[in-house]
Amino acid sequence: MDRKKYEDEKKIYFDALSGCGCQDIEYTTVSGEEVKELYTPDDIEGFDYNEELGFPGQYPYTRGVYPNMYRGRFWTQRQFAGFGTPKDTNGRYHYLLDHGQTGLSVAFDLPTIMGYDSDHKRSEGEVGRCGVAIDSLKDMEILFDGIDPGTITTSMTINAPASIMLAFYLCVGERKGTAFEKMGGTIQNDILKEYIAQKSWIFPPEESMRIITDILAFCSNHVPKWNTISISGYHIREAGSTAIQELAFTLADGFAYVEAGIAVGLDVDKFAPRLSFFFNSHLDFFEEIVKYRAARRIWAKRMKEKYGAKDPKSLLLRFHTQTAGCTLTAQQPENNIVRTAFQGMSAVLGGTQSLHTNSMDETLALPSEKAVRIALRTQQIIAHETGVINTIDPLAGSYFIEAKTTEMEEAAEEYFRRIDKLGGVVKAIDRGFFQREIQKSAYEYQKAVEAGRKVIVGVNRFGLENEEIDITLLSIDEEVEKHQKKAVQEVRETRDNDKVSRELECLRAAAEGTGNLIPVIIDCARCYCTEGEIIDTLKGVFGEYKEPLFI
Amino acid sequence: MARKVRVLIAKPGLDGHDRGAKVVANALKDAGMEIIYTGLHQTPEMIAESAVQEDVDVVGLSILSGAHMTMFPRVMELMKEKGAEHIVVFGGGIIPPEDMDKLKEIGVARIFGPGTNTGDIVTFLRERFPEE
Repeated sequence: MDRKKYEDEKKIYFDALSGCGCQDIEYTTVSGEEVKELYTPDDIEGFDYNEELGFPGQYPYTRGVYPNMYRGRFWTQRQFAGFGTPKDTNGRYHYLLDHGQTGLSVAFDLPTIMGYDSDHKRSEGEVGRCGVAIDSLKDMEILFDGIDPGTITTSMTINAPASIMLAFYLCVGERKGTAFEKMGGTIQNDILKEYIAQKSWIFPPEESMRIITDILAFCSNHVPKWNTISISGYHIREAGSTAIQELAFTLADGFAYVEAGIAVGLDVDKFAPRLSFFFNSHLDFFEEIVKYRAARRIWAKRMKEKYGAKDPKSLLLRFHTQTAGCTLTAQQPENNIVRTAFQGMSAVLGGTQSLHTNSMDETLALPSEKAVRIALRTQQIIAHETGVINTIDPLAGSYFIEAKTTEMEEAAEEYFRRIDKLGGVVKAIDRGFFQREIQKSAYEYQKAVEAGRKVIVGVNRFGLENEEIDITLLSIDEEVEKHQKKAVQEVRETRDNDKVSRELECLRAAAEGTGNLIPVIIDCARCYCTEGEIIDTLKGVFGEYKEPLFI
Repeated sequence: MARKVRVLIAKPGLDGHDRGAKVVANALKDAGMEIIYTGLHQTPEMIAESAVQEDVDVVGLSILSGAHMTMFPRVMELMKEKGAEHIVVFGGGIIPPEDMDKLKEIGVARIFGPGTNTGDIVTFLRERFPEE
């Protein structure tokens, strides 16, 4: 490049620019990060392609985890679904598979997430409301009726009771003749982000981490194709964090799991390849793409340099993405289709391995069949019509994208230093560090919206007077709870209750000892112990978590 | 000096989504009200008990799990049993329009849906408690 010409032209440009007008808009990302009007070679001075990017499928994997990316296969189109009884949700799964969906993703109801059976007092009013109710292996058998766990992968959004839902699922496969070794899927199993953001905890952190390392050890030996933890930024972001906080807190959680695994004597290369990630795709198109690229680079570098991983698979940050539920509006809900399409597109440009696109009606109720079909079609349009899949990491080399990727990496590193100073992730949780940071960002964003500095179409600009919602909403029948209560009581009446007592006693003894809990939980599952019984047994040994309170 | 309006912000049921509850709590605090936050996973009994014990003027319930038609009526009923009908109850969360109407019928003063400006909640409470 002719340096002199560049400097001369640059001067002319910036002189001209300063003479031009500028709209009175706050030019920041949705996270409040400043963005300049123009990025130039100056912003990536000293940029080293080999160090910062590498080729796709090569260290540090900034450009993607596979050499062929979407030329090899598209991302998995995986819509998160669950409501009502196992039979209701089984019907939705068949519907989605019939419409071309390529993987399943189970949404559980809150009693299941919190470890209560459907007939527990605390489950009242919650059964089947925001997901499907699963009380025992019996329900899991109904949920996967006519579906082969040997040929489809299933993701389960379950955390504190993850070991139990995994056990139920493995038993379903076993009964259909699929060996544990052949079964593929994911459990979220990310308890740290529960304390930080999603707040569906049961046991205290230390005991929870023990269950997690038991899962890591068990699966690496017996269920090698299973993704054991889906380390999740999604909920951190939904709780109101910025993009940088989502990235930094999620990776910090990931490192904490790696350290926990190493601390109990596991070989990092034996469990790290099955760790995967789950990110949010929010409104700011480029900021999100930058986040995914930075995430891959940071993970690869740390896994190699700090944790001494040798297997290249341990270095790969593979991730699922969901578009941002918190950006959907109850006002003019059809506009949400457009928001979701852009968010899905940025996940794809960021190299996601699987994607859930939200339905337009989710600020009002669980998605209707029509709304979820449009959401799935949105992904199919991105994949088959827009052409963005033709080339790998098309935004690489952009001054803007590369400068911002490095900036985000540095900001995350700064957070890692702060977390280390606090004594690590668990200590930082105890002190409310993450919770306060997120709460502060959420409130700042709300204030920016209310002051009109951030625009939400249909909410603080371009609203309609006397708007009537004219989309059909899904409602959950009150019969669901009655039906499910009866079903779990029937299970308790018809199983071998002596065997159940013996297995639960074994579980209690195992929890008091140090052996791996997972085989014992699988034995409990096989004889139809309910989730609530297993959880109560563990609570008796482990106790329950109490949240630190502050506003 | 007039007594500050005392508000209990509560999360009934098993729902862990506390972003909205905390944003509203902060906004009301910044508007000069006194805020008590219950924390998560409260039963209707715990909420009614806190409302009476803390002698609040207002209870704000936040629920995004779909259990609102069980939780809200139960809280209203318990408050009545405790002779606390004077306490103003409002709510927010993922609540379909037809359920909003039903909740108003049982005495919930207002339901604020997604996209609500926190200023509207402040105005609503100031109108209810002009002298304080």
